[in-house]
Amino acid sequence: VFQGVKKPFTEVIKANIGDAHAMGQQPITFLRQVVALCTCPELLDSPVFPEDAKMRSYSASQGLSCIREDIAMYMEQRDQGVPTNPDNIYLSTGASDGIVSILKLLVTGEGTSRTGVMIPIPQYPLYSAAISELGAVQVNYYLDEDHCWALDVNELHKALSAAKKYCNPKVLCIINPGNPTGQVQSKKCIEEVINFAYEEKLFLLSDEVYQDNVYSPDCQFHSFKKVLYEMGPEYYNTVELASFHSTSKGYMGECGFRGGYMEVINLDAEVKAQMVKLLSVRLCPPVSGQAAMDVVVNPPRPGEPSFELFAKEKNSVLNTLAEKAKLTEKILNTVPGIKCNPVQGAMYAFPRIFIPPNAVEEAKTLGMPPDMLYCLRLLEETGICIVPGSGFGQKEGTYHFR
Amino acid sequence: MATKGKVLTLTEVNPMVRCIPTSKTDILVRRAGEITRELEQGAVKPFPDVIIVSSGDSHGAGMQPITFVRQVMAACLYPELLHSDRLPSDVRQRAQRLLGECEGSSVGSYSCPLGLDAVRRSVAESLQRRDGGVISDSDNIFIQSGSHVALMRVLKVLLHGEGVSQTGVLVPVPCHPRFTQAVWALGGVPLPFQLSEERGWVLEREELQRALRDARGRCSPRALYIVNPGNPTGHVQSRESIEEVIRLAAEESLFLLVDEVYQQTVFGVDREFDSYKKVLCEMGPPYSSTVQLASVHSVSKGFMGESGLRCGYVEFMNLDPQVKKHISSIVAKEGCAPIIGQIALDIMAAPPQPGDASYTTFRAERQASLDTLAHNVRRVQETADGLPGVSYQPPQGGITIFLRLHLSHRAVEQAKALGLEPDLFYCMRLLEEEGVCAGPGCDLGQREGTYHLRLCILMPTDSLEEMLRRLKSFHHRFMQDFC
Repeated sequence: VFQGVKKPFTEVIKANIGDAHAMGQQPITFLRQVVALCTCPELLDSPVFPEDAKMRSYSASQGLSCIREDIAMYMEQRDQGVPTNPDNIYLSTGASDGIVSILKLLVTGEGTSRTGVMIPIPQYPLYSAAISELGAVQVNYYLDEDHCWALDVNELHKALSAAKKYCNPKVLCIINPGNPTGQVQSKKCIEEVINFAYEEKLFLLSDEVYQDNVYSPDCQFHSFKKVLYEMGPEYYNTVELASFHSTSKGYMGECGFRGGYMEVINLDAEVKAQMVKLLSVRLCPPVSGQAAMDVVVNPPRPGEPSFELFAKEKNSVLNTLAEKAKLTEKILNTVPGIKCNPVQGAMYAFPRIFIPPNAVEEAKTLGMPPDMLYCLRLLEETGICIVPGSGFGQKEGTYHFR
Repeated sequence: MATKGKVLTLTEVNPMVRCIPTSKTDILVRRAGEITRELEQGAVKPFPDVIIVSSGDSHGAGMQPITFVRQVMAACLYPELLHSDRLPSDVRQRAQRLLGECEGSSVGSYSCPLGLDAVRRSVAESLQRRDGGVISDSDNIFIQSGSHVALMRVLKVLLHGEGVSQTGVLVPVPCHPRFTQAVWALGGVPLPFQLSEERGWVLEREELQRALRDARGRCSPRALYIVNPGNPTGHVQSRESIEEVIRLAAEESLFLLVDEVYQQTVFGVDREFDSYKKVLCEMGPPYSSTVQLASVHSVSKGFMGESGLRCGYVEFMNLDPQVKKHISSIVAKEGCAPIIGQIALDIMAAPPQPGDASYTTFRAERQASLDTLAHNVRRVQETADGLPGVSYQPPQGGITIFLRLHLSHRAVEQAKALGLEPDLFYCMRLLEEEGVCAGPGCDLGQREGTYHLRLCILMPTDSLEEMLRRLKSFHHRFMQDFC
């Protein structure tokens, strides 16, 4: 297109990754001000910056232990008082870094005793890629498209008993809100999942990077940690749980900062020492991410100079995303051959497409999945770049795109 | 309800993780953190604070960042600053240009996992300038979250197999422990080769060949790791030595992994930094077209000192295109280097030039940093010269000095009785009695029966003087106690 080649469109629309800023979303002013001040303290005398941003830049520069304390306070507040120990919090380079580290820790055994990792289908392909690289065994459990991609614990049981024949399933990965499906798990569902993990002795990984992206008025984000706590001490003191957050999503969208953290509870003390050792091999996570994360967990409070603008920007971003979620669902459902579930959260729509048999045949002869053919043709004809459902996993014979 | 046992117990942890050796320096640093907290809570100690000289974190030690770097980063983070005169014009121009290279003009969006194209090109151009015109293709440059991470990406494809077919990586002794840990963590086996302390920490071909001979039959040596300038030795390889290593790599089919992060800090008289890339190209065929090389650099060291930004790069030579594709997909899985770090890298590659508004300040700050380093090296050497039972090989580059401790039989016995390596015992006492956290030689590797102390010395001169005062005081006492 840049070279003057004639196309039925003037630019490519990259709707293939969850990169909000790349698509024009504006950063949160306060966050940028604080990180800019941390970066260049000579600007502390500049009138361009409000006083509270200047104050916050001091604390955000205090280093890891202070940031971990701030994260712990944030989690306690978010979870209505559930205690959080800063010692259980580890900062990471985006959430991916933490997820891969935990998975690495957990993979062991040979043959039929090789570690099995249960992942949702459809899933965010970091999981399948990490499992493959670590030589673990991927165990799929299918989300229920007919019920807005809900997680049915019966499906978990089914997947687990089938898997026990060829591996040692030890890990259960949850993405809530879901990627690519956007489903937000109900509290009851989370309780059922936790109970399942408890009964079946599974290590729980809860990927909660979209916790600030909930649009459906009927849905609410519940952290796995909070629900676990509310289920009582037998569960709370037993279930091994790692939950993840990041600065890349939510209302911040700061993917390029590579900020993230994980909280790991009920880890055996000797195992914790191994994990700390493993994390130290990668050296520290980037300070840009650390500072940004500190602002995310410690935003302006009512009464502070930056609060009004912050609240306005945050609400604007989230409302816009909610509108887009609704609009996308609505418009896609007007197209014959496309059926889109309500987008309850996250940043994606994962509509089902009904591909005609001729197209399925053509795809076969070209040696590619039918939804890949669809996406390639879409790109060539309209300039829209999306990802075929085959990249995330889907029930046999169904096709989707994200 | 019966209490359930843990899913993850020690025996169930990935054996590749369990076999990673624990860094003794990490233990000391943790203790240093505890002592700092105790001091903050009002504990009375013979010292007011802990001085950390065990890690090469110069900003952490009090060195000031380069103003231009921080100003450009701030303007990129908060583009409002582009509209005010608060920042010099060249800062604003650079920030504007780099923001234009970012998706959505924001440093908050992802870049391509291999790095921003403009920065890769900047790095390629700087390498061509550095290497006297030897061509550098930005396609062969991958920007990652630090030089260490970049090396780990390459290790991921190099290390595989079990038993006799398990990849062996030749690693110099002494060497900073993180690389060795990474080899274990990624499924390889480190093959140590001794650097020659008596000859100034040079590499000896015979010793490399000895290590290779010993390894064959036990594993499959496939790679050779070099650090130049050396860490902790500070040795800068001569051109002849580099050529010798390249020839050996060719003969023995070894992939060369070269860590050149200290290339900007060469201060030895009659010493110059020659990059492996340049020497390899200038050796001509067959070497220049067959020897496979991955060399790394980063913004963490030297006058930049931006360890916290987490940005470095690897440049490949003679990498198989299929392997390159494979490494790219490994890299893609874990996202890009922080954009702010890539901004700093662009400045390191293409700093302010004569005539630019910020040039004078930039040049002065860079020079001040290098002058401080040279001064500190001199002062440490002077101090060491006056300490009984301490010797050293003068460093020629880098930011560390590796002192040899000639400990008495009594000191060694006492350490052993406590189940400690003698130099770790020395470091623990130094930390508890004087609040100085230094690196024990046992963590970096050394000849049996020798003991060393690693000091990272790029720090403000007054901090250095205080550290040396405490070290002197401690050392005299220690030698007295164990004479």
